[in-house]
This record gives sequence, structure tokens and C-alpha cells, in this order.
Amino acid sequence: MSFFTRKKSALVWAVHLSVLLLVAVWLFPTLGLFVSSFRTSDQISTSGWWSALSTQTRQVPAIRVAGDEKEVNGRFIITGELFPDTDAKITAWGTSSRDPAAYKPDEVAELRSGATLTVSPTGGYTLDGPESFEGQRLPRIFSTATSPPEFTLENYRNVLFSSTAASGVGQSFINTLTVAIPATIIPILIAAFAAYALAWMNFPGRALLVAAVVGLLVVPLQLALIPLLQLHNAVGIGKGYLGVWLAHTGFGLPLAIYLLRNYIVGLPRDIIESARVDGATDFEIFVKIVLPLSFPALASFAIFQFLWTWNDLLVALVFLGTDDDTLVLTGRLVNLLGSRGGDWEILATSAFVSIAVPLVVFFALQRYLVRGLLAGSVKGG
Amino acid sequence: MNPAILAILTIIIGVGGCVGYFYFSNQLLDKVIFPARGPNIGRNINRANMVRPWLFLFPAIFALGLYLAYPVFATLWLSLTDRDQGGAFVGLANYSQMSSEPKFWEAIGNNMLWLIVVPAMSTAFGLLAAQLTDRISWGNIAKSMIFMPMAISFVGASVIWKLIYDTRPENQDQIGVLNAVWVWFGGDPQTWLTIEPWNNFLLMVVLIWIQTGFAMVILSAALRGVPEDTIEAAIIDGAGPFQIFFKIKIPQIMSTIVVVWTTITIVVLKVFDIVLAMTNGQWGTQVLANYMYDKLFRSFDWGVGSASAMIIMLLVSPILVWNVYNANKEMR
Repeated sequence: MSFFTRKKSALVWAVHLSVLLLVAVWLFPTLGLFVSSFRTSDQISTSGWWSALSTQTRQVPAIRVAGDEKEVNGRFIITGELFPDTDAKITAWGTSSRDPAAYKPDEVAELRSGATLTVSPTGGYTLDGPESFEGQRLPRIFSTATSPPEFTLENYRNVLFSSTAASGVGQSFINTLTVAIPATIIPILIAAFAAYALAWMNFPGRALLVAAVVGLLVVPLQLALIPLLQLHNAVGIGKGYLGVWLAHTGFGLPLAIYLLRNYIVGLPRDIIESARVDGATDFEIFVKIVLPLSFPALASFAIFQFLWTWNDLLVALVFLGTDDDTLVLTGRLVNLLGSRGGDWEILATSAFVSIAVPLVVFFALQRYLVRGLLAGSVKGG
Repeated sequence: MNPAILAILTIIIGVGGCVGYFYFSNQLLDKVIFPARGPNIGRNINRANMVRPWLFLFPAIFALGLYLAYPVFATLWLSLTDRDQGGAFVGLANYSQMSSEPKFWEAIGNNMLWLIVVPAMSTAFGLLAAQLTDRISWGNIAKSMIFMPMAISFVGASVIWKLIYDTRPENQDQIGVLNAVWVWFGGDPQTWLTIEPWNNFLLMVVLIWIQTGFAMVILSAALRGVPEDTIEAAIIDGAGPFQIFFKIKIPQIMSTIVVVWTTITIVVLKVFDIVLAMTNGQWGTQVLANYMYDKLFRSFDWGVGSASAMIIMLLVSPILVWNVYNANKEMR
């Protein structure tokens, strides 16, 4: 910091402000989704999420007067509520689309045939006429309403538990979990043994194998899709969870071996040598010394692999298929984008359901994630 | 069977199988095949130790070979054959068919654009964020906010950004930020994702948003590794903060910048989810990976699909060679 001293305050302020701006820009998109997922569909579709906390004025689509008529003193009266479920306030209303704000609340509109219509500030209306409305087309009410900010958990209930609205996001959540957990756990042990062999055992061809692992690290998995699908079909696995788990295991191994080898090779030589001198076999050294000491590296790989399998779309689409009952969250989201592209309350909520778990994992275990990234990238690769 | 039970069973079988395999194969080696007793004890121990690495490596080599190495060659073969003719060898016919499709060249062009813009912008923003956050007390919180999109799936990010690019008719309030700002400045609402060629950049923004955090974390560690004395020497010589940054620090972390750049390049080459979710390659936004997916799983043209996958492989291979070369250098 010493070189800041001269122009310290101005520069420091500039740094603080720029970082603040950067963080705001980076958070803003996610925040938008988060806020939107708690708003009602009416509110989402009529105003930006950034105005979610302010009272909103909006043009309400026409509502036709409905209800049973009552006869009072020779006049026929129909009463009802425009907004039975919300606290909206009317600021203006009208009876034709040409002039939807012709009247103030509580003003009386004269209709044809001698009937009158009034709308109260809270949306209660009264239609009053000399003859029965039986068989007539009742008038429509156009209104401009202001409604207070409204937040709801209804979207989440809909998306997670209802079988109709968002159709099966809850099921997809379970599918994704089913894909991600075994696909995270299985590669770890396989990779750990291989990493130990590559780090601490001497045998011809070791350098070549390490080079091969580094090479396979960047092979695009796109190449693997068709040949593996053919293979899975040939051996009878077909499309299903087993296929996805195997595929994720295969695709995750290079990174796993690479990360773990980099870590294990850095373990103190003395510990391993002295265990050897004491007569421990490689298997014992691995299980009793190397594995416990490599916990941080195992954890970072597990986080990577979990995030990757949870967020993956391609492998799941290809190896698990696009059936409704096995679709993973990412696949479900793509479908929703296609079929309900305008229903932002469903889209935003489903998307937030899908990113909630990775976010929790991310914030809880960020330390290991960073460590893994550094081990994987700064060294070598 | 219920998938959850299947999952638990698979974990148990997978993990148990692994442990069992490693344990019993070692036992077998040490007790039965080359027992450490009898007249040949010395030779047996040596032989057992020669075989053991391969016991440790076998499952990994098997899985890597089957799931990554074999498919490269199988795909190469598929790209040279025609499925409709029962897998007959057709030479480069698939490649020539591919090169006659305008969509393919559109994908190549867009991919090149992605390859230039995304790594450059992510690295630049990452560097900026790393340098700035290292200097302030709440830098770690700021870092974790910028890093956060790394945890979000490409599809989730696409939904997030689609909300930003959303369009409503002219006489309604805009709910997408971009249009809201645009209208506020007096423009007409635009359907951003259909405007060629700028929609490509709008898609790239999504990936830049995700990858900046990655670049920042790695570059920040590299910046901390810059030796203090080189900076102090520069200060004594009268260098300002900008000179220190560009002339002292950047040259010293150049190798890390290259690593970050290439890592993001690989991500870009495989980018598929964002394009699929946001435009599905319409309006001139096709990229190679999505083109390949289209060919393989929508038109079921395995020949051309595999050929385009080979193109991706071809684009990755310089990085592959460079990585292997570096790893070898480090091993020695």
C-alpha cells in the first residue's frame, strides 16, 4: 500500500467505487431472477423487478360485470368486486376501450337503457338499472389500478409440488440429485488410487501416462457421445441412470487424477518413505496415510464434480434421454424456455430452484473450490 | 426400481466394488501369485512391486480409455462413414457436405468471434477485479460475489439473462432491464436476441459473466505471488500505480494469463447450453457445438455430426499439445 500514500484518498475511493460497481453489475442479473421468483405473475408481466418494492399503477384488462341480480324497490342491482383477491386501488375507470380512464372512483356512469354503473376506490362495483339484465350483455369495466408490492411463495409451491403448472420441476430436482451424487462419489476412489500410483510408484511409462491424462483433460466430450451411446446400447445399459453415472465418471476422471496427483505428489516424502521402511505395503500407505492427508484435494474435486454434474445439460440429454420422468433440471429449464417462454413466474422460480443447490454448495465450500482451481490451473495445465 | 434406491445401490456397489477390487487384487498379488515367502522371496517381492502400479491404475486407465480415448477414434471413423449406407466408408464426403452448408460456416465464423471476445473480456475483467479487490478490506466478499456465477449452470444463466433481454410491446412497461434502459433513453423496444450480428455478443456476455470469476480467482493468486522486492524497486525508481501494474506485475504473471486464456478458450469451444437455451442457433447465432448437437440428435446425421465434432477436436488439439508439452517439461 505504501505507494498509494501520495494520492491515497482519491485513488482509494476510486478503487472502492469501481469494485462496488463491478460487484453490483455482477450481482444484478441473479438478483433480478431471485426477486422475480417471489412476485405474482401479474406483477412480473407488468413491471420490471427493480420496481418490485414500489406501488404499481397498471392498466387492468377489461373485466366483465358478473353476478346475480337483486331486485330492490323496482330496480335491478348487480354488485361485485373487480379484485376480490388483492388490495389494488382504482385510480380511474371506464366502460369502453376507447376511454378506459373516463371516470374517477365513485363517479356514476350513465349507460344506455338508463342503467348506471359506479366503481368504488377498492374495486367494488354496482350496476343499477330499471329493467332486468337477464339475457343482456353486461358492460365491461376498464380500470387503472395501483397495487401495493406483493410477494408470494405461491410460485415455489406451484413449481415444486403442483403436477400441472410447471409440470414436474420437483421430479426433475430429484432426478438431478440422483444423477449428481453417485457421479460425484464413484470417480473419487478410482482417481485417488491412480493418482497415488502416478505420484509415488516407480514404473516404466509413468511420464507417458501423466501426459496422457493432461491430454485427455481437454478432449471435448462432444466426441464421445455417439460412440458411447452405441456402446451402451450394445452392452444393454441403454439410456438410463447407470449410463449417465458411467459417462460422468469417465469424463470426470482426467481432472480428478490430475488434481489429486498434483496434491499427492506434494505430500512430504519422509512420511511415505518411513512408512515403507516400517514395512507398510503400498495399499496400507495409501489407505492410512495418503487418503486422509489428501482430504482437501478430494474435497475440491468433489465440489467440482458435483457442480459440473448438477449443471450439466449435454451428458444428461444424451445418456439419460428427454423423457418426462427422467428429465434433469437443466433439461426441464430448456423445455420451459421453449414452451412457456413468457411465464416468467414459472421460469424464474424453476431457474432459481435449479441454481439454489449449487449456490449453497458454492458459498459453503468456496475455500476448497478456490484451492482446487489454483491446483489445477496455476501449476502446469 | 425407484431411481433413488438404484442410486444408493450404485454408490454402495461402486464404492464397495472399488475398495474390494483394490484390496483383494493386492491380497491376491501378495499372497497367491507372488507370495513373499519360499525360495524365490526376493524375486517375488520385486515382481509384485512391478505389477502393483498397474493394479492401482487399471480401473482409471480402463475408464479413460473407454470413455475418452476410444471415442476419439470411433468418432473419427464415424465421420468417414455413412450411416444410411450401413456404415460404408465414404472418405471425406461428410466433410465436403458439411462445408457446403452455410450454417456450418456461420457456426465457424461465430465460434471464431466467441474465441476472440470471450477469453479476452473474461481475462481483462478478471484481471481488473483481481487487482482492485486485492487492495481493499472487503475484497474477499466482493470476490465471492463476482465468483458466484461460476456455480450457476449455463442454462440457469441463460434464463437469468433472457429476463434481462426480455421484450414487451411498445405501450407496456418493459420488464427486461436492457429494454427499460433503452426506452428510457427514448428508443423503441427491441427484440434483442433477433438482431444480427449483435445478438452474438449478447450471448457472449452470459459466458463472460460466468468466466470472469474464474479468471479473477486465478489471477489474484498469481498477483499475490509477484515478489514484493520487484515492486518496491519500481516504487523507488518513481513508478506510479499504473506503471507498476502494466510494466512490473503483468509481465510477471504472463504465464498464468496464458493458462487462464487457454482454459476459457476450451470452455468456449464446447459452449452449447447457452446457445441452445437462448436462441437455438437461430438468427445467425449458431456455434459449432450446437451445430453438432443439431446434426447428431435432431437430424440424426451421424456422419456430418461426427465430422463437426472432429472440427472441435482439431481446434482443441493445439492447446492439448501445448498442455502436454508443458506437463512434460514440469515432470523433468
